[in-house]
Formats: sequence, structure tokens, C-alpha cells
Amino acid sequence: MSLVTLFGLFGTQAGGLESHAEWEPLLPGLIILLPLLGFVINGALALSATRKSADAVRAGGEFDFFENGRPTTHSLPTWVGPGVMLLAFVLTLVNFFGMLGAELHEPVIRSYWAWISTGDLHVDAAIQLDQLSIIMMMVITGVGFLIHVFSVGYMQDDPGYPRYFAYLNLFVFFMLVLVMGASYPIMFIGWEGVGLCSYLLIGFWFSDEEKASAGKKAFIVNRIGDLGFLLAIFLLYLVFQKVDYNGVIGDATSVFQYGGAMVTTVTLLFLLAAVGKSAQIPLYIWLPDAMAGPTPVSALIHAATMVTAGVYLVVRSSVLFALAPLSSALVAGIGVLTALFAATIALKQQDIKKVLAYSTISQLGYMFLGVGVGAYTAGIFHLMTHAFFKALLFLGAGAVIHSIHHALHHTHKDWDAQDMRNMGGLKAYMPITWITMWLATLAISGIWPFAGFFSKDEIIWMTGAMAGAENAPYPGLYTVYWILALAAAMLTAFYMARLMVLTFHGENRTGPKEAEHLHEAPKTMWIPLAILAVLSVFGGWINVTTDLRESVLGGFGLLPMGEWLHHWLEPVTEAAHQIQEARLGQVAHAAPFGGGEVAWGMISFIAALAVVLVTVRLLGRKEVPVAVDDAEPTGFARVLYNKWYVDEFYHRWVVDPILTTSRVLWRVVDATIIDGTVRMLGNGTRAIGWVGSLFQTGQVNTYALFLTVGVLVILSMIAF
Amino acid sequence: MLAESLVVAGAIFVLGTLGVIVRRNAIVMFLCIELQLNAVNLTFVAFSRYVGIEGQVFVFFVMTVAAAEAAVGLAIIISIFRHYETVNVDKFNLLRW
Amino acid sequence: MAELLFYVFAAVAIGGAVGVVMSRSPVASLLFMVATLASTAGIYVLLEAHFLAAVQIMVYAGAIMVLFLFVIMLLNLGHDYERDIRGTVAMVVGFVVTGAIGGLLAWQLGGGTAGLSTNLGSGDAIDAALREHGAVGAIAYPLFTDYVVAFELTGLLLFVAIVGALVLAKKAS
Repeated sequence: MSLVTLFGLFGTQAGGLESHAEWEPLLPGLIILLPLLGFVINGALALSATRKSADAVRAGGEFDFFENGRPTTHSLPTWVGPGVMLLAFVLTLVNFFGMLGAELHEPVIRSYWAWISTGDLHVDAAIQLDQLSIIMMMVITGVGFLIHVFSVGYMQDDPGYPRYFAYLNLFVFFMLVLVMGASYPIMFIGWEGVGLCSYLLIGFWFSDEEKASAGKKAFIVNRIGDLGFLLAIFLLYLVFQKVDYNGVIGDATSVFQYGGAMVTTVTLLFLLAAVGKSAQIPLYIWLPDAMAGPTPVSALIHAATMVTAGVYLVVRSSVLFALAPLSSALVAGIGVLTALFAATIALKQQDIKKVLAYSTISQLGYMFLGVGVGAYTAGIFHLMTHAFFKALLFLGAGAVIHSIHHALHHTHKDWDAQDMRNMGGLKAYMPITWITMWLATLAISGIWPFAGFFSKDEIIWMTGAMAGAENAPYPGLYTVYWILALAAAMLTAFYMARLMVLTFHGENRTGPKEAEHLHEAPKTMWIPLAILAVLSVFGGWINVTTDLRESVLGGFGLLPMGEWLHHWLEPVTEAAHQIQEARLGQVAHAAPFGGGEVAWGMISFIAALAVVLVTVRLLGRKEVPVAVDDAEPTGFARVLYNKWYVDEFYHRWVVDPILTTSRVLWRVVDATIIDGTVRMLGNGTRAIGWVGSLFQTGQVNTYALFLTVGVLVILSMIAF
Repeated sequence: MLAESLVVAGAIFVLGTLGVIVRRNAIVMFLCIELQLNAVNLTFVAFSRYVGIEGQVFVFFVMTVAAAEAAVGLAIIISIFRHYETVNVDKFNLLRW
Repeated sequence: MAELLFYVFAAVAIGGAVGVVMSRSPVASLLFMVATLASTAGIYVLLEAHFLAAVQIMVYAGAIMVLFLFVIMLLNLGHDYERDIRGTVAMVVGFVVTGAIGGLLAWQLGGGTAGLSTNLGSGDAIDAALREHGAVGAIAYPLFTDYVVAFELTGLLLFVAIVGALVLAKKAS
């Protein structure tokens, strides 16, 4: 048994924890190891390719990646990269179905070895399988697999192909470590690892200075959040002497007092970490710049998985957040502000990926709003649906960019392939992409019966309901949140419709000669789009509240919808819910200004639909100039286009002072003071030596004098 | 008599030291060293009346050594004079730093 | 009577010493030195060291000083003396240092620690030897019995000195 443990595939049950599961997970360790294996294989191939090309270049030639018309370095990663993902996904599904039948009440923990064991602190290298982590794993491996397949087509012409898949696999490995870890330090390893891979992938085309800087920016801003995470772990250790989930969550209610200073501090620090990783105000600035990386990377990391780590963290620590109403209100506040703020910026962006980036930030804000008001299931639900439609949107945008880029390349026109003003009328050339992206747009805008409607609606509804709870701590504040959330939803509908209109509708602006080369994406690219589209349409039906289901919105109970996700995540969130019910009382059944769940569902659906239709109508008729001919925006539009000048603000008030301080520390403290002191020691010794040398006059009289002085000294010593 | 002799001896010794410090002429410096030796002799003789004849025996030896030393020292000075054409000790500063 | 003579000799000795240090001409210094030596010899007589007084005059004043004079004359130093004595700074420093030594000595003599004469008994330690062997014999007996090794070594020393002086003073040929 111990030998098998060493090989780590089966693990051992965590000591001291009684697991009542009759269910034995199947090879959970392998799920994590498969992407790592992919990384190793692809990485080795990338290294050997680099070496060969370096040798060839040194020998004075160029390395030809293409032999017989096919790239030589591409075949292995094409199979290994998506292959390990598929295997991991299948394993995850098997474990999921196993868990479905097992009715788990406690998480299943497999411990592989004792990682940290000093004094009071014992942290095992252990993974935890429970309802929450399995959901996250399915999203990661499933959507991840589709994105890997898409990348096969998208990155076909790139010489860094094996390196790309190596990094992508490594990223999935770290992300799985993050969601499968059984303790906060293990999560932190994954946390840092995905930050690293984000840097590697954003700066994938590192020979371009701007792209490399974008990678740096992401990593550095993330780091600020990491500080919060570490401090929180330290505080938790201080209070609990343990840092694994079961230990902390189990003892939380007895150790922390409701609303106490300690629990508020810990949760605020976790909030800092989440804000950094999930790109909320004030640390969202790295995500728009991260669009410098390849588009599938944006889809995977900055839409579906990495940025959701912050939300996962909050849900994992739901007990702590439930015990700290101030922090929860802050989480919700930051979330809704970010949602609205990012939506306003997206209104005026011309780069298709930037619109989607700000849209991601905005939707993450909704997730934060959800988990902040205590609707943890709603937050995870929106995380899931967002993964579907946002990945679809990004991949679709990738297909569009790929096509436009191809066309511009043929005629050697040096226009920006990502600028929407250079697109237009693509629905004739890329029908599959057009349809699937419209489905995603309807989903994100909250149109019934697509996925985003149910998830976003639940979050907004729960915000309103919590505002009216019996002992709500901040009823007025939550009402404001609710109003802002509704406003942001309308803006979302508008800017997404605008994106679709500018890209696919109207007349094609790329140019007549280029238009001949516009074509639909290859199969490896549009099949994932189609699969994600299906998920975006029907994915929301797994978590429809009973009220909605029995109303017109649920087909009067005829459509196959249900509250499945809510029940599924109960074991994970029940501790927090108990605290909520005890402290806050019953939630309201009506929104702040009256009206039940169904009424407001209808209102938001119809309003969003109206916005979409009006936008399509009005914008579809407008003349749009191409990018090179367009004038600079003026007035308020200019502020929005320049992202409210936040980056400039940070630059002036944060970056420049730090640079100046560094320069002062370098020039003054280090070079002058410290080096000067060291040099002064040397010079001082030389000076003392020089003074000493003055005594050597070479004259007898001087020596006689010193002799005499010595005699005087000795005499004095004898006399006294 | 003892105390007064010691006073005289001390005064001569101090004057001899002063001379070594203050004079530039090598021969006069040497002369001052002889003054110091003389003062020491006087001290020994003054004490021999109270301590024993050994004091005077020692003075005997001191005088002998002083003679030998004077001879050798002056020979050195002559030999230096041949090189430097002067006995001004300020000029003999090859051992300066 | 003895007291008076002693003070006279003492005054001459110290005055001669001052002259040695302060006179500008080397020859004058030398002559002052001779005066000091002579008066010191006188003090020796008063201190009942008759043999040493004689040796002082004969060897010290007679031979050594003459040797000095020979060298001075040989080097023709009597004429152009370019500021043989150092300047004010050196004088002040010298005075301070030697004055300090002198002060210390005076203080000690004046009873700085214990008194002198009280612990030393009466001044008759050599009376017996002097009476028995006479002035010369009083020194000769210990010299040739107890200290004969030192005596022989001194002879050797003189021999070495002669050879050394000869070698050093020879013209380099």
C-alpha cells in the first residue's frame, strides 16, 4: 500500500478525517498529472526545436520548419496537447458520475505525502474532491479541451507551436492544482503557477516589446494580490494552527466571532488576492493589456479559468465571508462597481478583443456581486455559463481575426486586423462563426432562454432579495447595488450588440480585394465553437429556481429545467448558509421596489431584448469609417475610449513614484551612502596610513623625540 | 648629598635629552648623548655610597663602553661626511617615507 | 666647606650642560662639555669616588673629548654653521617633553613615592672597602674577582671598537 502511495496515483485518505463516502474516486492524481505530462513532452520538443533552429541560424542559414509542406515540429504537440486534455476530461467525467451516485456529505481527500511538517504546522500534498471542485474541474478540462482543439487550427503557422502547447498544458496543470488542492497553501501554489503561465502566454510573442510588457504587467499586478493571499494564510495559521479547508471551515464558527476584526481582516486580505487575480477594481488594469497574447489564450485564461480563481477562493472560504458582513458587502460593492465601470469602457472600444476583455471584467464583477451578497451558488453558476459563452466569444473573435489577418496578408495591407472598423458584413463569409457568436451574445446579454439569462438574473435577484432580508446589515447599500447591476446589464446588451453589428453586419469595409480571401474557419476551429454554442444555449437550464420554472419563463414546468446546481453545491455552501439564516434572517421574496422574481425576470429580459434590437436597427444603418480614416473621439466619448485615464493615473501616482524612489535608493542610498561608506573605510585606512607615514621623517631628531616621549610615558606609568 | 647629586644628575640628563632633540649637528648631538651618559654615571656614584662599591665598578664599565662607542660613532660620522659633505642630520633622510 | 664646593661644582656642571646644548659653534659646545666633565669629576671626589674622578679626567675629558675635537677639526666644522639649532617649534616641543620628564623626576625626588635617604641607611657602605684597600683597590678587587668576566668582555669590546673604527673611517679605495 505504501509503495502505491509513493507512486501517488491512489493516495491515502487524510488522517483524522472520516469519509463516509462509499465512493472511491478513480485516479484523481492522474487528472492533475496528465497535463503536466503534456507539458513535459511538448516542452522537450520545444527545446529541441529551439536548439535545432539556433544551430541552423548560427550556421548561417534559416531553420525551415516546413518539410514537405508540413511543419515538422507540429505533429507531436497536436496529439499530445489536446490528447491529455481529453483524457483528463474523461477521467473527470467518470469521477463526476461516480460522485453523482454517491451522495457525498464530506469532501473526499487524497493525501500523497507530508509536504510541510514543522512544529504545529502540517500541510499535506493532498487533493480534495467535492461537489465544488468537480464542477470547476469539468469546466477547466472540458472548455480547456475545446480551446486546445481550436488552437491546433489557430496556431498552425506559428513556429512557437510546441512551446505554446507546453505552456497551455502547464497552465491547466496549475489550474487543476488550484481547484483540487485540499488546503490554502496548495491553492496558493496553483495560484502562483497560473500567474506564471499567464505571464508566459501573454508574452508569448516576446520579441515584441509591447507584448512582453503586457506579460510583465499582468504578473506584477497579480503579485499585489498574492501578498494578500499569503498574509491571509499566515493569519489563519495564527488563529487555527492549521490551514487546510476542513480544519479552517470546521472550526471557523467557534473561533471567529461574527463581524469580528480578525475574520474581517482575513477576508479582506483574501479579497485583495481575488481582486488581483480576477481583475476587479483597482487591479483590473492587466487584463485589457493581456489581449496581446494569442486569442485562444485569452479565451482560456482570461475568460474561462484563471480569472475565475478569485471567485473560487471566495466560495471556498464562504464560511469566513459569511462571518464578516463588512467584507462581503465590500466584495459585492467592488463587484458591481467593476461591472458598471468596465461596461462603460467597453462602449467605446474599437478593438474587438478589448471589448471582450472589458466584458470579461464586467462579468467577473457580476460573479463577485453574487458571492458578495451570499449567493455562492449563483456566483459559481455564472462562472460556469460565462466560461461557455465568453470562451465562445473569444474563440469566435479569434476566428474572425484569423480570417481578416489572412486576407490582409494576401494583399499586404497593413491595417489592424483586430479593429472592428476594418470589418463589417462578415456574416456572408463566416456564417457559422456569425451564428454561434450571436448565440453567445444573446446569452451574455441575459436574453431568455439562453444560459446567461438564468445566471445573471439569479445574481441580480439575490442582490435585491438580500437587500430586503429581515436583519440585512446594509439594506440601502444593497439596493443601490441592485440598481447598478440592472444598469450594467443594459449596457452589456448594448455593447455586445454593437460588437456584432460592427463585425458581421452592414457592408464589408476590409476592401474589395481582401474580401476575396475571407473565408470560414477550418473544422478544428468551428467545431469547438458549435459545441460551446450548444452549452451557451442550454447550459443555464441546470439551475432554474422553482418560482421561475413554474412560470412562463420555465415553460410552466414543461421544459427540462431544474434547481440541480443549487442542490448539488449544498454540502459545500451549507455552513455559510446556516450563518446567513441565523444572522440575516429570511431573505425577502420581493425586490426593493416591489415585484417578485418572475416579474423582474421578465422585465430584465424584455429590456435587454429591446436594447439589442434597437442597437441592431440603429447601428446597422450607420456609416462606419475604417480605422485609418476615423477621427479621434471627443468629449465624454474620449474619456471612455481612453479607459477613464486609469492607466495614466496609476502611472503618475504609483509607477512613477516607485521608479523615483527606486532611483533615489539606487543613486543616493546604494551608490553614495553604502558604497561611499565602504569606500570610505578603504580611504580612511589609507588616510590613517598617510598620517602614520608622516612620522617617518628619516631624521634622527624626530626619532629621538619619540624615544623621549616614550620614556616619559613609561616614567609616568611607574610614578602613578 | 645624595639628593642634591641626584638633582644635578637629573638636570644634566634632561639637558642632554633636550640637546639631542634640538640640535642639527651630528657631532654636537653625540656630545649631548655623552652628557646623558655622564649624568647616569653621577647617579651611580651618588648611590654607591649607600648601596655598595658595585656602583662605582659599573661606572668604570660605562666609561669604557662610552669610549668605545665614541670612537665607533665618530668613525661613522666621518664616513658619512665623506658622502654628504656635511654633518647636518637634516640631510640624512634617506629613510623618509 | 664641602657643601659650598659641591654647589659650586654643581653650578658649573649644569651651566656647562646648558652651554653644550645652546652654543652655536661645535667647538664651543665641546669646551663647555669639558667644563661639565671637570666639575663632575670634582663632585665624584666629594662623593668619595676618587679613582673614578681621576679616570673621568683622564679618559673622558682627556681622551674622548680630544677625539671629538680631532674630528671637529678634521671636518673643518668650526666655520660655517648654518643654523645648527632648530627653530622655535622644535624648541618648544623639546622643552615641554624634557620639562615633563624633569618635573616627574623632581617630583619623585621630592618624595613622590617614598623618601630616599630614610630607606637607604647611612652613607657608609663603601667606607670599609676604602679603608681596607684604598681608593683604587676598592674598585679593583670586585672588578677582578666578581666581575672579571665582564672585564674581559669589555676588553674584547674595545678591541672590536678599534677594528670597527678603523674600517669605518678608512677611505674607500
